[in-house]
Amino acid sequence: MAVSETRHGKLRTWLDQRIGLADLEKLARKKQVPVHRHGLWYYFGGMTLFLFVVQVATGILLLLYYRPSAEEAYESIQFLMAEVEFGWLIRSIHAWSANLMILALFVHLFSVLLLKAYRPPREVTWLSGMALLGVALAFEFTGYLLPWNELAYFATKVSTETTGAIPLVGRFLLRLLRGGDEVTGATLTRFYGIHVAVLPALVTLALGLHLYLVHKHGMSVPPGVEREDAPRFMPFVPNFLLRDVVGWLSAVAILAALAAFLPAELGKKADPFAPAPVGIKPEWYFVFMFQTLKYLPGHILGIEGEIVGVVGFGLGGVLLLLTPFLDRRAVRGEPSPLFTLIGIALIVYVLALTYLGYTASPTK
Amino acid sequence: MGAARPTMPALLFAAIVGWAVPATAQPTRQAEGCVACHLETGDDRLVKPAKAFAGDIHAAKGFGCVACHGGDAKQQGMEAMDRAQGYVGKPDRQQVVQVCGRCHADARFMKQYNPSLRVDQVIEYATSVHGRRLRELNDPKVAVCTSCHPAHSIKPPSDPTSSVHPLRVVDTCGTCHADAKYMTGYRIPTDQLSKYKTSVHWKTMSAKSDLSAPTCNKCHGNHGAAPPGVSWVGTVCGQCHTVMAELFTKSPHAKVFAAMGVPGCVTCHESHAIQEAGDEMLGLRDKAVCASCHSASDKAGKSAAEMRALIDSLRNESDKARAILRQAEHAGMDVSQAQFDLNEAKGALVKARAAVHAFAVDAVKKETDAGLGVSAKAHARGVRALRELQFRRAGLVVFLVIIVALIAALVLKIRQLERRQQSRTGG
Repeated sequence: MAVSETRHGKLRTWLDQRIGLADLEKLARKKQVPVHRHGLWYYFGGMTLFLFVVQVATGILLLLYYRPSAEEAYESIQFLMAEVEFGWLIRSIHAWSANLMILALFVHLFSVLLLKAYRPPREVTWLSGMALLGVALAFEFTGYLLPWNELAYFATKVSTETTGAIPLVGRFLLRLLRGGDEVTGATLTRFYGIHVAVLPALVTLALGLHLYLVHKHGMSVPPGVEREDAPRFMPFVPNFLLRDVVGWLSAVAILAALAAFLPAELGKKADPFAPAPVGIKPEWYFVFMFQTLKYLPGHILGIEGEIVGVVGFGLGGVLLLLTPFLDRRAVRGEPSPLFTLIGIALIVYVLALTYLGYTASPTK
Repeated sequence: MGAARPTMPALLFAAIVGWAVPATAQPTRQAEGCVACHLETGDDRLVKPAKAFAGDIHAAKGFGCVACHGGDAKQQGMEAMDRAQGYVGKPDRQQVVQVCGRCHADARFMKQYNPSLRVDQVIEYATSVHGRRLRELNDPKVAVCTSCHPAHSIKPPSDPTSSVHPLRVVDTCGTCHADAKYMTGYRIPTDQLSKYKTSVHWKTMSAKSDLSAPTCNKCHGNHGAAPPGVSWVGTVCGQCHTVMAELFTKSPHAKVFAAMGVPGCVTCHESHAIQEAGDEMLGLRDKAVCASCHSASDKAGKSAAEMRALIDSLRNESDKARAILRQAEHAGMDVSQAQFDLNEAKGALVKARAAVHAFAVDAVKKETDAGLGVSAKAHARGVRALRELQFRRAGLVVFLVIIVALIAALVLKIRQLERRQQSRTGG
């Protein structure tokens, strides 16, 4: 004990005796990360988590100035951007980091999908990850309205209208989301509450479970690599963690550059009586769905096209969620080219429709 | 020139016109008989009115032919046109005013159909140049009711196809007033229509679809049409341009112009070809209207030049402030509050331009000083925003250098660490 105290200092010993620092250190040292040609994709989970931490930190700072009402929301952000020292930086980083987080999340999702990391015993890890995707999209969706500007107002109006197309419960969901029949100040207060209280609680649960399971099962080695050769490993601390930090620092640099050169715009204050601006579209990660709905005919087999689209996306989401249980070959450790193909097709579809969403005429 | 108030002869005229109670003017649906024969005649003069009347406001309200032409509505043949039954046939020009006035001058009667419609058209008409010439000279060319409201196809002014819809009034008046041959003998110009169509008023009405913009009747009156008198042109323009008219009335020019016998507003702004007033009209330079009477050597000329300089400086300073704020905005800076505040300078410029009509430097200076103060503040905020932008970019460079250095240090650290680990496992 005396030797340990001399080596680590009294505070460390004091903490160790109370919270078991040595056990944690042992745990961290024990954790290993496989090293192979697909190792790059391992970093995107950590990158998503880092950007989420940035979101939490900047979000808390924004809370100090933001006032969640239709009368004051826009003005409070205007004040923050123009008058508060570094207010522009905090808001711009929050806005850009949100986008980069979704991007990192999608890369993480598709890499897990293509590398079949959802195989047993990681089914629940996949499910918790999908829950996190849902929560992240909900964060983006609710946060987008908060500045109460023209673009946010009409984009929310369009997106919530799409919710109304869900059979049976659509109307109820629409009213529940909007807090009435229209997008009003009640919607804003509602979205604010969901953004800063409900979703953080959900994310804490889902993220806690996800991280616990990642730690419990370790990083998945892709079946191809597994079949070829037994992979090498590197210690998580410090080798992998230091590499993570390099990625995070690069993300910080990108965020700073984006905030300095392309600060988050505020635009005009929302005016419910004004006509919707031409070519209004949702945030980029929802554009592929938005564009798909535009291409659907008015009626498919006698059912309204939009309803077919919304139900189709719902089914697609359920199928994606159930992938670990549907991909039986992967469960048996056999190659499953069909699911690889579906994954690639999904990526191509999302990219192509997003591209069309930004290049095709707004009326098509 | 007579006053606009109805004169005794006018009242008498109105009384004669309006004496008869519109007994025959009750809504009747007898028209089929008249129309059937008129359509059969094949004579265009008789067919056209019968056909056109279906779209007439009077037909829509249930009036038939006898309401204006008299006769016996109960008869189906030629007997209907019995002069003993009050049949008048085609009313002559004097009769037209009487026929229309029988109903339109009767407030009680008109209330049944359109309570908001004025009933003083006949009285007004009697005061107009048209009415006076008809009454006094029995002039066969002057306008009567049907000249502007074509008989058998009369439509309310709100109907875009009506001859008296705001967009069509000018052409209706122009039918006679732009016809040099027709107007021979009246010794008045016939270029009003072509001039008006170059004016800011017509552009506002036709291009911007602002039907409240003035057309002929807004300045000249419709039923009481007459040219505004030299001394009261300002009152006519002042119906809309109230501030300018009020300032002008109190200005030294009001008295001088009256003494010289020249009209107010139109001396500088023209009458029919009124163009959008610009700053170039003020001062002593090229297009300045002041220069037609004043020069740099007289006191008023100097004042005009001074007022122009004040307005120019406010316009330039406000433009400068707007440009720098726009530059900052394009660079991504939030300057919306400063841009909003700068609107006050725009307001000051508008007020200063109006104040010119007081023809006093102090009145203009009071407005321009306020605007210049606002512009200076907005410009300073633009400069501050651009400085802040420079600071951000410089800060970014420093930050990136630190980040790159940290990354480089980390990469070196990782390499060193792994080399050490390798040598340890190798050893």
